Amino acid sequence: MSAETATKQYTALYEEHQKLGASFTDFGGWQMPLKYQSELAEHHAVRQAAGLFDLSHMGEVWVTGPDAGKFLDFALVSRLSAVAVGKAKYSLICNEDGGIIDDLISYRRAEEKFLVVPNAGNAKAVAEALAERAGDFDVTVEDVTASISLVAVQGPNSVAILKQLVAAADHAVVTEMKYYAADEVHFTVSGAPLRLLLARTGYTGEDGFEIYVPNENAASLWSALLSAGKDFDLVPAGLAARDSLRLEAGMPLYGNELSLEVSPYDAGLGPIVALKKEGEFVGRAALEAQKERGSKRKLVGLKGLGRRAARSHYPVSKDGQTVGEVTSGQPSPTLGYPVALAYVDIEHIEPGTRLDVDLRGKPEPFEVVALPFYKRDK
Amino acid sequence: MSTVLSNLRYSEEHEWVDASSPVKVGLSQVATDALGDVVYVDLPEVGSTITAGETCGEVESTKSVSDIYAPVSGEITEVNQAAIDDPALLNSDPYGKGWLFTVNVSEEGPLLSAEDYSSKNGGELS
Repeated sequence: MSAETATKQYTALYEEHQKLGASFTDFGGWQMPLKYQSELAEHHAVRQAAGLFDLSHMGEVWVTGPDAGKFLDFALVSRLSAVAVGKAKYSLICNEDGGIIDDLISYRRAEEKFLVVPNAGNAKAVAEALAERAGDFDVTVEDVTASISLVAVQGPNSVAILKQLVAAADHAVVTEMKYYAADEVHFTVSGAPLRLLLARTGYTGEDGFEIYVPNENAASLWSALLSAGKDFDLVPAGLAARDSLRLEAGMPLYGNELSLEVSPYDAGLGPIVALKKEGEFVGRAALEAQKERGSKRKLVGLKGLGRRAARSHYPVSKDGQTVGEVTSGQPSPTLGYPVALAYVDIEHIEPGTRLDVDLRGKPEPFEVVALPFYKRDK
Repeated sequence: MSTVLSNLRYSEEHEWVDASSPVKVGLSQVATDALGDVVYVDLPEVGSTITAGETCGEVESTKSVSDIYAPVSGEITEVNQAAIDDPALLNSDPYGKGWLFTVNVSEEGPLLSAEDYSSKNGGELS
């Protein structure tokens, strides 16, 4: 490990988490709240009411300039130039071999201005890859991860909670904001006006928002949200709940389901790759070849028929033969049975297929099911 | 902060043992707090024999699976069905309703005093 990655990083909200009695975990070098009280209670709160997350470990990279859209078309696998101002898009950044460097969300804030949000552990690699790829394009790439905090309010009560802090004139912006859209909104935080970027995005499978806030205002926003949320059963929620929520929603986690060794097509992210877009982009040749070749194994959902949960790296078998490997697995708090994501040989990916997961030497029955495991009522 | 009850003795693997006969066995709060919310408990059967230092069950939380090690050798006389039905008892009441099983002890394994256990593993003596 290099000296650099060995340095612990703390978000601007670290002391708030300590005050709330959080237990901490390392995530991509960041000391993040794992849970405050019970991760199950936090999970259920997000499904039934609302949860407040510190996601300040996520990266923020501004891409600005006349070529911003054209540049991101080259650097990422999707057609970012087609994204309307005010909208966001989920995409991938791949290497020349078609391996996934990261999955990320890009917000188009203006014709020539995008905010790219990579995962915590990949922020530096993404910022470097973007800077490297900027070459002949008329763009500026600026990594502002260190100065920006990110707070998420997730759950059915999110709109009601935000309206407590958002200026009345902007209430309609909040209520009418579409999923994967973003806008600057006027907040009142401990008596002071604050204009912040609000996005209707998340990683929980619930309605919710993410708020980008300068580090110096992060703690006051966090406290204001917690008090405003009191009447709406908002609880602070840690990364343990975030992981079980995203798994139920069938969302991939970089490092588990996605990596440099994984093809977007195997991961079910083929539709994200815009092979039809004009011009060259990094990874195009390899990705075209992958698509042409077809997938040997694919990411599927597994539902446990017993009570035991599958865990990452457990082998998946059919009639005693290994046919895949689990990438994430847990007992689903919402559904009451174990769920898992696994890469499984293409012959065995039909929903309804009975497979076994080797639970430390004991085969446990699972069934292939369509994703997501959980979908909220709209 | 996890509590360590001073009237119990503890194994290196975080099982507690009380002074009754047959002895009652459970998991320390230091262990259940570290595990997170327990969702599944697998216990030995009544009448089976367990051997100190060997695994005799499993406890599964939202995040992980851990073995339960026998803190003593002997025959299982009772298992806590309530904890099997509601594993959250291991978190909410690890020294009370969240006990695991009782054993007719033939031989004790190495056990630590509450003081030694807490100085080694943290937790607050009570």
